[in-house]
Amino acid sequence: MAKLVTLTIDGITVQVPPGTNVVDAAKKAGIDIPVFCYHPKMEPVGMCRMCLVEIGRPVVDRATGELVRADDGSVKIQFSPKLETACTTPVSEGMVVINTSQKVKDGREDILEFLLTSHPLDCPVCDKGGECPLQNLTMEFGSGQSRYIYDEKMHSAKHVPLGDLIYLDRERCIQCARCVRFQDQIVDDPVIGFYNRGRALEIVTYSEPGFDSIFSGNTTDICPVGALTTADFRFGARPWELNAAASICTQCPVGCNLTINVRREAISQGRMAIKRIMPRQNEWVNEIWICDKGRFGYHYVESEERLDQPLVRKDGKLTPVSWDEAINLVSMRFKQAGSNLLTLVSGRLSNEDLYNIRKLTDSLNGKSALYTQMGGGDVVAQVGMSTGSNLANLGKGDVILVIATDLHQEAPIWWLRVKQATERGAQLIVANARSTRLDRYAKYPIRYAYGEQNNLIAALVQLIDPQKFVDAKAIKHLSEQSIIKDTAEALKAAQNLVIFFGNEGSGVADSQVLAQTCAILLATTNHAGKPNNGLIPVWQRANDQGAWDMGWRPPTDLSTSIKEANALYIVACDPAGDDPRLSLTPDFLVVQDLYLTPTAKLADVVLPALPFTEREGSLTSGERRVQRYYPAIPGRTGALADFAIAAQIAKACGITLEERSAAKVMDAIARENADYAAISYTELANVEEQWPIIGRADLYYGGTSYENKQGLGMQLQNAVQKGEPFQISLPELVEQSGEGLLAVPITRLYDRGNTLIPSQLLRTHLVSTVMWINAKEAKQQGVEEHDVVQIECGETSALVTVELEDAVPDGVVLVPRSVGIPISEPCRVRLHITERV
Amino acid sequence: MKTEHVLLRHRDHPEINELENYRKIGGFEVFRKVVTTMQPNEVIEVVKSSGLRGRGGAGFPTGLKWAFVDQKNWPHYVVANADESEPGTFKDREILEGNPFQFLEGVAIASYAVGARAAYVYLRGEFWQIAHQLDRRIQQLYHAGLLGERLFGTDYSLHIFTHLGAGAYICGEETAMLESIEGKLGQPRLRPPFPPSFGLFGKPTVVNNVETLTNVPLIIERGAEWYRSFGTEKSPGVKIFCLSGRVKRPGNYELPLGTPFRKLIYEYGGGILEDHPIKAIMAAGASSSLIVANDPALDTPMDYESVPSLGAQLGSASVIVVDDTVSIDWLINKTVHFFRHESCGKCTPCREGTFWMMHLTDRITAGKASWQDVELLKDVASQMRGKCFCALGEFSIEAVLSGIERFRGDFEARVKG
Amino acid sequence: MNTLLEKYTDEVQTILAKYPPDQKRSALMPLLYLAQREYGYISKQAMNEIGEILDITATEVASVVGFYTLYHDQPAGKYRIQVCTDLPCALRGSEEFLKQLCENLGIQPGETTADGLVTVEEVTCLAACDRSPVFQVQTPDGLVYHENQSVENAMKLIRTWQSKP
Repeated sequence: MAKLVTLTIDGITVQVPPGTNVVDAAKKAGIDIPVFCYHPKMEPVGMCRMCLVEIGRPVVDRATGELVRADDGSVKIQFSPKLETACTTPVSEGMVVINTSQKVKDGREDILEFLLTSHPLDCPVCDKGGECPLQNLTMEFGSGQSRYIYDEKMHSAKHVPLGDLIYLDRERCIQCARCVRFQDQIVDDPVIGFYNRGRALEIVTYSEPGFDSIFSGNTTDICPVGALTTADFRFGARPWELNAAASICTQCPVGCNLTINVRREAISQGRMAIKRIMPRQNEWVNEIWICDKGRFGYHYVESEERLDQPLVRKDGKLTPVSWDEAINLVSMRFKQAGSNLLTLVSGRLSNEDLYNIRKLTDSLNGKSALYTQMGGGDVVAQVGMSTGSNLANLGKGDVILVIATDLHQEAPIWWLRVKQATERGAQLIVANARSTRLDRYAKYPIRYAYGEQNNLIAALVQLIDPQKFVDAKAIKHLSEQSIIKDTAEALKAAQNLVIFFGNEGSGVADSQVLAQTCAILLATTNHAGKPNNGLIPVWQRANDQGAWDMGWRPPTDLSTSIKEANALYIVACDPAGDDPRLSLTPDFLVVQDLYLTPTAKLADVVLPALPFTEREGSLTSGERRVQRYYPAIPGRTGALADFAIAAQIAKACGITLEERSAAKVMDAIARENADYAAISYTELANVEEQWPIIGRADLYYGGTSYENKQGLGMQLQNAVQKGEPFQISLPELVEQSGEGLLAVPITRLYDRGNTLIPSQLLRTHLVSTVMWINAKEAKQQGVEEHDVVQIECGETSALVTVELEDAVPDGVVLVPRSVGIPISEPCRVRLHITERV
Repeated sequence: MKTEHVLLRHRDHPEINELENYRKIGGFEVFRKVVTTMQPNEVIEVVKSSGLRGRGGAGFPTGLKWAFVDQKNWPHYVVANADESEPGTFKDREILEGNPFQFLEGVAIASYAVGARAAYVYLRGEFWQIAHQLDRRIQQLYHAGLLGERLFGTDYSLHIFTHLGAGAYICGEETAMLESIEGKLGQPRLRPPFPPSFGLFGKPTVVNNVETLTNVPLIIERGAEWYRSFGTEKSPGVKIFCLSGRVKRPGNYELPLGTPFRKLIYEYGGGILEDHPIKAIMAAGASSSLIVANDPALDTPMDYESVPSLGAQLGSASVIVVDDTVSIDWLINKTVHFFRHESCGKCTPCREGTFWMMHLTDRITAGKASWQDVELLKDVASQMRGKCFCALGEFSIEAVLSGIERFRGDFEARVKG
Repeated sequence: MNTLLEKYTDEVQTILAKYPPDQKRSALMPLLYLAQREYGYISKQAMNEIGEILDITATEVASVVGFYTLYHDQPAGKYRIQVCTDLPCALRGSEEFLKQLCENLGIQPGETTADGLVTVEEVTCLAACDRSPVFQVQTPDGLVYHENQSVENAMKLIRTWQSKP
């Protein structure tokens, strides 16, 4: 720890680490220095000149190096004749900063007058009005009258769609470059920039198709004026009319903290309506950022297609009935089915739902199954991220290994945080069968053939500890590669080690083995159970980890399990939609969901559930952080929370389950599940002061991301951390085999899942039913770009359009998940051209 | 008294822009001597003791700048500033056309002194023809074994490249120039860190003006004492004065620092066109404060210490002469237009202030303004002072404020009521 | 297809070789001149091609085009006559020169003659203050200075262009 620097700001003595700039130092002392261009998450640039302060420094005698003192013994301070920009000035010992003098105030008034000369002053119709740094600082420092002649104002375009999500009002822009720098420095996607110079400087995009970047919404949060607005919120409401509810994003396993802004409005028949989704600060999880899927993908919850009453099939038709009738029917049939009941759920549900549904199923002696394409959640419970871990702590000396996943598409904020760790000096290993966007930060980009991911990790383990995987025939060709040898050395030297694993190129069973092998690597390098170390599963759903923790496991063979069941209880998943050929014909099928999904259409009983925005619950992220979300708007009449539905069925079966509140369910979980013993809704609501300080009256500092007042969540302890023995045995290595074209499903951010399709805004971004193949392989297979081909995998097949993509390895086609192509695991396929344009 | 040129040597020796002619007068022998017999710090010491100061305008001691280069961070670079864009400045262009090899030899010596193995000559885009000539001349140096690998049998290697700008005055600011070489907008960087510690490609870099570098070969050849025999004690050496505006013989004049304005304007420049009375002088191009051209001013020596006594700066010594046919409100309208056009837009006061001043001076010059507008113009200029990111914005107000203060009558005559 | 890269392979390599291999972006400005030579101005396609060569986005290329005045994102006359009307030249009659030249051509500054041959533009100081009136002629192939000009000289020059095939 470096020695702290002491300085005084407006007479208050402050101690901060060396290298801190004066704006941040003041902030830590509770003093606000106004800024426009400076943002605490980005390097200072000193462009706007708003943060002018008077700075004095102790006078040092050049000859002796001693401080010069006045007669009264005080250190003599020399003030610079000019005002200095606080954001670009690092603190120094003995520095004296004056933030409140007339000179300082005048300087800021001067700058504001300049900024406002060409500003349209259209606050009354501006979306930013009410949360606008320019507006607020003008109120505080502005002169109150304009000396600039209206006719000489520079007029610019006020309605510039930079893409289909972000709009630019050029007149409001103050050229602070926060958006340009965010895109360039933070997310490395510089698709917006300045054009021209001087007063003509303007934000443009020349990229195709425009400002199309998965983090683009964040630029509207940090824009200090109303220049950038989202297509979602533009002219939607005034900020002061909005209520805010804390929530957690349910689109991926990162668990970004959200604030949901709502308002009662006529357009929704007087109901509360969601007006926008904003990031909520959690420096452990998402800092102050969210991706556009989280920001714009929520519209499914307000879909008119939502179910609002139970349905029972009568004379072949699904007919509305009362809850009592539906519950009675379901409980009776479930009791009859007994051990022939199969409950199938997904990680879209909250911990409380998963717990209650599991309890219900167990009590009836039924079987339970997790609908997923990935395994390893039990391994994560042993060696997942340990309590006290923060990806932001990783830097020099640390190593991150990312295998079999495309983080940019699957968990964007993890991609961002891994990238930033490399910028702090962490070494990154990216292993995948194809190149992904993370490769550019990787010191060790490793390629293997699909199917070899387990062997690759085994080879690394073997290189580090030759006692393991002694019979190394299957991995010899890997462990001989110099890049893999170098990687093993880097792993050996790592201070901290974090491993992200996904299921690209794996089925459930394979990914289970991958998790185990990765765990062995963590243990072999002595990283298991320590803070800032551990295994992070890149699940497809937000609460897959919670599902594993609540005891849910994927079935060995889903279709067999389904065939064997008499009664089927399917909650929050749509197997028939994913695979139309799946035979779903039990005696009795109950589907519990938000919509009449293809699966629900086959059901005997449909039970309407509430989405996360209308109820309470908790989710367990891939980093095993348990976080709670709050109801943003009242639940739509007729639907119930999943845990409550389960409790009602249970009650009708004579089983007592908690149904009063999610908090009570969590108490039950804590009593029963040792990992969750310390968790309660009160604990989950705890907050501590976070840096940077954001979201208060001083919006200019951190932007409009919300301050976290409702809870940072709790990271679970893993088994190793708790001192339990490490219980993972070496898996057997399997040599790669199989011939023919391999189809590999991959996860794309904007898929066509039920929770994304209803979002009109993202429509043009959604991936369609395509297959990607490289040009050479296409030639080999006799297909051309834009061909429509039938892709056949065993019994199932689908029509897809051919797209050429260099990154696809030879002998492979990639297909997106969740678009209706029934390929959930890698499989050998045949292609038949059906249409050539 | 100086008899032959130090910088504009092509005026004494015809066609030394051909390598063989330049070598006939000893060209590149100094570079050979330096590389084969001198340590880099010995070269720096000579330049330091010569008192040579940067000729681009700031007047920073050249040897000191070289000595600042961070020895812990490698590689090092030299960048020659040939972005000559200050209105009224046209000296570097004459050197590059007439005496290019002496300049290149200066670049080479500077590179050796600071341990650079690559140097870039940044030419303003308008010097397209010169850049192409320079490229050919650099090739001749490679062929003659004066550039390239393992020079003169030593371990020292040097490559010189040209980089052509594309029309942006701000790129003359050294950090904007570095940005421009890196393929970015020519917007100045935050300083510190200064180029000698964080320069081109983030590496220690010395940026010197063409004229500055052209001084170096003869300083090394003839010694610091010889160089100090010209000029004044604090401003030693010779300087090219660019004389332009309302004079009979505009042009470059290489004179010792400390030569009085009168001598330049009336003796060398032949006096004012049609013998009109002189009215004002701008000594540093458009970035100048306006000097009231009275007798004491005309007798003031042109050096870095004396010109400030007139409330002005010597800068790049681009002397624009203004006579009584010119109204100062028109003049500042011209300079303000220039700065408005060249403002990079990075900082608020310069971006907005130059734009505002343009509107105000447009109205004043058009006779559509009141005295209040003149006062406002003064206010706008004053509130830019000390707040701009770089010198461009700060310079843009010099003529405005000094013009209104020192030539108030011109404004009074122009405004309504 | 990347026309610049394919048509000017050697030239692109020569340009890239001037800069350290990890500083490819430095080649942006010279490549823009190359593109201007090929296309007459910096077209959207040129931006894409250069972005591809340098591994930067088209927007990053465009930003540089927009910042510097000698790059043009729109086609104009084959010959751009750029007259300096900055202070030192204006003190020696360049504004009158510009006015008369434009009158002779029947256009305003910034406009292009009907035959598409000549665009007249005002520019800031060209570092030729002692030889006013001065203009430079920018064509896709480069820049040529014309100093100590008269309107008669300039018109004579323009007529030589008109008579070119």
